[in-house]
Amino acid sequence: MNLSIPCYWREIPYRYRLEGVKCDNCGKVMYPPRPRCINCGSSKLSKYKLPETGKVLTYSVLYESPNGFEYNIPYVIAIIELDDGTKLLSQITDCPPDKVHVGMAVEAVFRRVATSGDKGIIAYGVKFRPISP
Amino acid sequence: MRKVAIISAGLTKISRHWDKSLQQLFAEALDKALASTKISKADAIFVGNMCAQDLSRQNNLGALIADYSGHLPATSIRIEAACASAGAAILTGYMAVASGLYDVVVAGGVEKLSEMNTKYVTEALGKASNVEYELFYGASFVSLNALMMKLYMETYGVDRTPFAEFAVLMHKNASVNPYAQLPFEITLDKALSSEYIAEPISLYDCAPIGDGAAVLIMCPLEEARKYADSFVEVAGIASATDTVDLASRDDILLLNSTKVAAEKAYKMAKIAPQDIDVVEIHDTFTIMGFVSLESLGVVERGKTPKYVKEGVFEKDGDLPVNPSGGLKASGHPVGATGAYQVAYLTLQLLDAAGKMQVPSPEYGLAQNLAGTASGSYITILKRAR
Amino acid sequence: MKPLREVGIVGWGSYIPKYRVKIEEIARMWGKRGEWVKDDLLIEEKAVNGPDEDTATMSVEAAKNALKRAKVNPKDIGAVFVGTESKPYAVKPTSTIVAEAIGATPYVLAADLEFACKAGTEALQCCLGLVASGMIKYGLAIGADTAQGAPADPLEYSAACGGSAFIIGSSPSEMVARLEGSASYVTDTPDFWRRPQQPYPSHAEAFTGDPAYFKHIREAVQALLSELGLKPSDFDYAVFHQPNGKFPLRIARQLGFTKEQLMPGYLVPWIGNTYAGSSVTGFSAVLDVAKPGQRVLLASYGSGAGSDAFSFVVQDAIIEKQPLAPTVKEYIERKEYIDYAFYAKYRGKIILS
Repeated sequence: MNLSIPCYWREIPYRYRLEGVKCDNCGKVMYPPRPRCINCGSSKLSKYKLPETGKVLTYSVLYESPNGFEYNIPYVIAIIELDDGTKLLSQITDCPPDKVHVGMAVEAVFRRVATSGDKGIIAYGVKFRPISP
Repeated sequence: MRKVAIISAGLTKISRHWDKSLQQLFAEALDKALASTKISKADAIFVGNMCAQDLSRQNNLGALIADYSGHLPATSIRIEAACASAGAAILTGYMAVASGLYDVVVAGGVEKLSEMNTKYVTEALGKASNVEYELFYGASFVSLNALMMKLYMETYGVDRTPFAEFAVLMHKNASVNPYAQLPFEITLDKALSSEYIAEPISLYDCAPIGDGAAVLIMCPLEEARKYADSFVEVAGIASATDTVDLASRDDILLLNSTKVAAEKAYKMAKIAPQDIDVVEIHDTFTIMGFVSLESLGVVERGKTPKYVKEGVFEKDGDLPVNPSGGLKASGHPVGATGAYQVAYLTLQLLDAAGKMQVPSPEYGLAQNLAGTASGSYITILKRAR
Repeated sequence: MKPLREVGIVGWGSYIPKYRVKIEEIARMWGKRGEWVKDDLLIEEKAVNGPDEDTATMSVEAAKNALKRAKVNPKDIGAVFVGTESKPYAVKPTSTIVAEAIGATPYVLAADLEFACKAGTEALQCCLGLVASGMIKYGLAIGADTAQGAPADPLEYSAACGGSAFIIGSSPSEMVARLEGSASYVTDTPDFWRRPQQPYPSHAEAFTGDPAYFKHIREAVQALLSELGLKPSDFDYAVFHQPNGKFPLRIARQLGFTKEQLMPGYLVPWIGNTYAGSSVTGFSAVLDVAKPGQRVLLASYGSGAGSDAFSFVVQDAIIEKQPLAPTVKEYIERKEYIDYAFYAKYRGKIILS
């Protein structure tokens, strides 16, 4: 896998700290952030910190991966619905694939996502793990 | 704005064409299309393609194709809209003719997925997603569709059976399609027991990886008789977009780009969804076929499993779906698929579809999607009288 | 060393990965009897990172736990030090990744420190100094490691993963533990080392005992007690570096500390040796249960070699801060056993093409 340094670097605040934007005009929350609202097109947007807990809306267990993720097979991709209703996609970690279920309560954790080969950078992001009872 | 006709379609078989490059494959389809017309050269070429730069290391495909297919110095433009590249090329061809700037144009697509190993193909196809927020986390294109399938199953309380039944139908249709990549029937058992790629999507829920080129020749409707003995009318054509990343959509099981584009196209053709007699929809995965039907306004939300079971979508049913075998069994040479769909419908409306023929269709609708429906390209063809 | 101003810990937190591999499972690989190894090392099982964890990710979670307890604005943190010998990058600081992830950037000082297993307490010393001097308001000191054990080497049984984070401040009302003083004792003693490009460290076997671990801790602690005019019985808790289950018991006895003082911070039998995370996680476990007025001794050991010894007195604020983040005990109890095959996979010992 070949990561672009500038592409990785510019997403750091949004990925590391779950920062999105909220439209001042219509209230739509967007993650990833966009320069204009996907709902009303307004450019009046404020920084918005997403909640770090939510539940699994849907998920899939991958047995074949894109380049660079072979070592993680089998791994779980999910769409998580955070406590404020915002949805985002990420991996489920710290959980055997057969224990993941729709509705599972999860919390955000900072984890390694991939590396750009042996010589390139390490890509970090936010994954979700089940909340211990 | 002039009305536009399609006077001919040329298709190659979909398979692994080790012996032909992108430009050679396109030239083959183009020659086939030109053969049944009185035209030797078009004014412009619009070629859809998604992966040339990733898998064949080739950009500047428009010029290269004009070069290799004997069309210098005509206009030739490569159009990329992920798996809807050909649908977008057809829309562009339509706009070129309707505007009056061009008279006879070639619109189609070509793709060669066999040029590199599977993991590179998976990575290339993954670029249709929001790369920094979906592919970044290892979400292959298959897995994004799997997320929709899981949600569909949970929402409507169905298991994998209806999806497998749809795959069986696709294979049955493809078994009499001379262009299909997988022209053989499968049993329900085989479909249900195939291994998972991204659970719950299994091998038989997925379109195969293959190569192909398909081409339509378009001209003003008024002049069609000058160039060919038979033709069909493009009655409606439209496209729309949606968020690229799946999670940003309010209703993950509604393809809003398909809904919006279809409404525009029905309006332009002055028809209602019920007037459509045959569809070629974008079933990259069986789930995508389901939500496509439910977003086109031809099937109510959640009802596809019921209609699959009842045989509504068979060639002799109330609404024949993918008599070609669809992406699932005819094949999905990504950037060319949209052109195959329109080519198959053209054959249907000319009563020239051979064993694939559905009884006397009047209107056909093709639905071509980009990624997980971040773009939809709808083409409605009408029998010319 | 005594600070001119009041300085101490205002927040603390830890992280231990959930995967565990049992000593007998590793022993099975090399044809040794699990019982012998367990008796020899007094270790039952060790904590192993998951395939998507490293020192940066563990440090971020420990730091976030410390922030929950400290209740400070991350932007007020003036320094971030990560002490580790398993940096994700040989060159590129882990501390900037952590600082960015917790929102402490950009007006912050940051560096990674290496001193084998005492890099965490080195980080602590630096922060204490910067805060006590008035140069920064709060400092974040982290000790964490994803220690690599060479297959078939004795250290494979103990090399483990985990770490802890401490936020240092000077406001008495925020303090959970006030520093009375610290002492460091350092010499060039090559008992355990790793040359660049080598995947695993090397060590001098028995030499890592008396001339290394025991001597340096003894000297540092005695220097501390002498400077502060304290004796072992003045302490309620004693936390030592834990390379195996036996060394801390022996140094405690040598110095005159009791088993009762040792036990609350004695974690190695259940998590192994977390290297730069070892003594500091023991300290974190003590803070999870300590009461105001109690006195804690923390003495680390780092190969190469040296020891940092600290005396802290627990403050009132600890009571309301203890429940604000998961305790070390909770992390220890959260576990899933893996076999040697998954252990090898998670520790990156399998080469993919």
